[in-house]
Amino acid sequence: MKSWLTTTDHKRIGLLYFWTAFVFFLLGGIEALVIRLQLAQPSGHVVSAETYNQLFTMHGTTMVFLALMPLSASFFNYIVPLQIGARDVAFPRLNAFSYWVFLLGGLFLNASWFVGPLFKAGMLNVAPDGGWFGYANLTERQFSPGPNIDFWLLGLQILGISSLAAGFNFIVTILNLRAPGLKLMRLPVFTWMTLVTQFLIITAFPVITVGLVFLMFDRFFGAHFYVHGAGATPLLWQHLFWLFGHPEVYILILPAMGIVSEVLPTFARKPLFGYTVVVYSGILIGFMGWGVWSHHMFAVGLGPIADSVFAATTMLIAVPTGVKIFNWIATLWGGDIRGTTALHFAVGFIAMFIIGGLSGVSHASPPADLQQTDTYYVVAHIHYVLFGGTIMGLFAGIYYWWPKMTGRLLSEPLGKWHFWLQFIGMNVAFFPMHFIGLLGMPRRIYTYSPDLGVSDLNLVSTVGAFLIAVSLLVFIANLWRTRSRGETASNDPWGGATLEWSIPSPPPVYNFSVIPTITSRLPRWRTELHAPMQDPPATPPGPIHVPGGSWWPMVAAFGLPLMALAPLTHTLWLAFVGAGVLIVGIYGWAFEPFEV
Amino acid sequence: MTDTSRVRLWLVTLALALSGCAGPFPQSTLRPRSDFAQATDSLFTDIFWWAAAVFVLVEVLLVVALVRFRHREGRPAPKPAHGHTLLEIAWTLAPAVILVFVAVPTVRTIFTSSGEAPADALKVEVIGHQWWWEFRYLDLALTTANELHLPVGKPVRIGITSADVIHSFWAPLLGGKRDAIPGQTNYIAFRADSVGDYSGQCAEFCGVSHANMRLRVIVDSDTAFGAWAQAQLGPPATPPKASPAEQGRAIYARSACIGCHLIQGVSAGVIGPGLTHVGSRTTIAGGILPNDSAHLAAWIADAPALKPGSLMMRMKPPLSDADIAALVAYLQSLK
Repeated sequence: MKSWLTTTDHKRIGLLYFWTAFVFFLLGGIEALVIRLQLAQPSGHVVSAETYNQLFTMHGTTMVFLALMPLSASFFNYIVPLQIGARDVAFPRLNAFSYWVFLLGGLFLNASWFVGPLFKAGMLNVAPDGGWFGYANLTERQFSPGPNIDFWLLGLQILGISSLAAGFNFIVTILNLRAPGLKLMRLPVFTWMTLVTQFLIITAFPVITVGLVFLMFDRFFGAHFYVHGAGATPLLWQHLFWLFGHPEVYILILPAMGIVSEVLPTFARKPLFGYTVVVYSGILIGFMGWGVWSHHMFAVGLGPIADSVFAATTMLIAVPTGVKIFNWIATLWGGDIRGTTALHFAVGFIAMFIIGGLSGVSHASPPADLQQTDTYYVVAHIHYVLFGGTIMGLFAGIYYWWPKMTGRLLSEPLGKWHFWLQFIGMNVAFFPMHFIGLLGMPRRIYTYSPDLGVSDLNLVSTVGAFLIAVSLLVFIANLWRTRSRGETASNDPWGGATLEWSIPSPPPVYNFSVIPTITSRLPRWRTELHAPMQDPPATPPGPIHVPGGSWWPMVAAFGLPLMALAPLTHTLWLAFVGAGVLIVGIYGWAFEPFEV
Repeated sequence: MTDTSRVRLWLVTLALALSGCAGPFPQSTLRPRSDFAQATDSLFTDIFWWAAAVFVLVEVLLVVALVRFRHREGRPAPKPAHGHTLLEIAWTLAPAVILVFVAVPTVRTIFTSSGEAPADALKVEVIGHQWWWEFRYLDLALTTANELHLPVGKPVRIGITSADVIHSFWAPLLGGKRDAIPGQTNYIAFRADSVGDYSGQCAEFCGVSHANMRLRVIVDSDTAFGAWAQAQLGPPATPPKASPAEQGRAIYARSACIGCHLIQGVSAGVIGPGLTHVGSRTTIAGGILPNDSAHLAAWIADAPALKPGSLMMRMKPPLSDADIAALVAYLQSLK
């Protein structure tokens, strides 16, 4: 127990990220099921309007910040150091700090479900209710007087610190800790996409932090950053939010694209087609993601010039995305494809993500978007991108790397059941939403009129959501069964080309008994020019130093939610206590003896 | 209707028929009834077919690859192929060219649908409130709520703004939505091409009762519109002596109602919708309830129960049933 609380081992932190994010993923999923129950029929009465608004706000916030980003982070943590031949990340204690801040930030946000009585309100009354996008000026104190929005803006600031710390850590790790010979253009694509993602995180999160700080000053100190009566405009929030929000979409999708780029070559027994093009497309997407934010704002009246420019940039970003898809198909073409569960999910990613990409092109066109934005058509789009894309990709990664992470293979038959149920479930749940939106149902409404003619389609969608839930139960059963009865994994159960397959499953604490020297992009495969590398010996030739555990990252992390409690409860002294804990944590951390 | 959009409508109808659904779809974006809605719809139709073609191509390639190259015992090891420059150039250019075919009509439509209207267009200001709509006819000195009457075939220019938070004005059959933003006016312009009763609703999340912020646009013939406007410009009806309606007016005049509502000559509130001709409207409560005695009575008795968060609070002390009945009679008499 203590060894897990004080761990600085990237592999353990990776597993902590996985389990924590998976629990939040289930929580966000339960929120989605209640939403779908409410909408299963017109004029539904499962929950009240107030509760519904909290549910969709927390569903979006949870899935983006507490489930998908940290599930990707669990692979950054576990797999990236192994793929670059490193013993750990560059700053192991900072890594632990990132995890604890993420956990505490997630608990802080979700505590809002239960602490209503402390704010003289009922349970289920003070959770954030302004949407995951939190548009000003609805979020101003005048229109949202309760603590709901406070939980949201403080929770997101805490989580941002976790993401930023991890971002810097992984950039330094990938740039500085690569094994000898592992040039940048020999990096596995997953590591490349991780690197691009981290640059997006460290550049995009400061933008939303600025927006949140403005909002905090408006709500707590009577500033007027988003108050039009004081000469400002609430549109400032939308610009700041989407300037963060669109890169955030790529923060969510690029890691999954990286996973797919690892899984397809392994099971097609062929190198990734067009490696250079795929890598440069990812980098280009990272840059172009900064020039498209106003496509979320075509209805706000930016004028025809701005609309045209953002339509053009948005359509352009489809090009590198399309290029990736064609390269993946070309990777499969001419291969010897093994139909493992991981491959099923990777192919599912391509098949579903393309639907989200194409509906995306239809609202890249501003006039068409005026009919689509804020309707269920966009809900369909985002779920084909983030569920059909990101979640499919993440499950491909889970089935692919689970044997490496735990030493046991997940059951393939159960995995296939999981895949097909989830694949069918998501299409039953999300495809009808295209029609529901085109037939005029706005999103974020807790009730709709039977006259709209979308009642049956909504019922179908709800059935699909429950099919997804069943598929996840199969996955949980698979995890449970694998704990004791899963087949033991060898170093390399799949015949992978990259470094993580050259060491035991799970790897020893020091990862590599001898740091390998890399001469090829596919070090473990025979290519025209290179023989496969020699795997490191089973036992290290000499002693290997690994850093011991530390309590200090966790102590420092506790300072942040304590500080956040001060504005939340209007208790000034808590701010000093929190700052004190943070300072003590950092001090202890800085002066900790090197050997414990 | 073009051939392609007919096929598309047919596909949608088929999908709906399969799900056992029928109905007129009063908020369908696929049934344009104005030049503005028509322009966006035909643009969407173009994009839809390009997207459908790319979708079929990608999915077919994917399935063919999976079937043709699936693992078989004895298959020789695949030839390692690292890339192919010509192919890469081809599948970079192909989507780029398709996007040009999407971008050109897009930009053209952006400029033709940017809210410009001829000088003689009917000008209406739409003001979003939590959670109802105020409509001001700038040339007619006329204000109404939740139900917008427009003449058929005449150019209309609608300026959209908000009194509180951000809303979005949307009547799908007549065109795309525009956000109602405090401190800013956005414009849409269109010419409705057929008489009818079009429903719409707020499309931007605006708080607790966002779902209950609906609206209707009633497109009248020229003469019907003129008659309607004439009636709206008149003074409120005076209830006959000793009728329940007259009793209702007295109750109205001494109750909290007057703080928020306007009835010309009776009360001068501006927070809630004007009631001078409320009896002529077909719905109440932001378009969510029919304007009949039962619903009106329930609404007066306890508005927040019907519309969560409603700024029209429960009366304290509560009105008696008889008082409410009299109020209902009065409001209904205000044709």
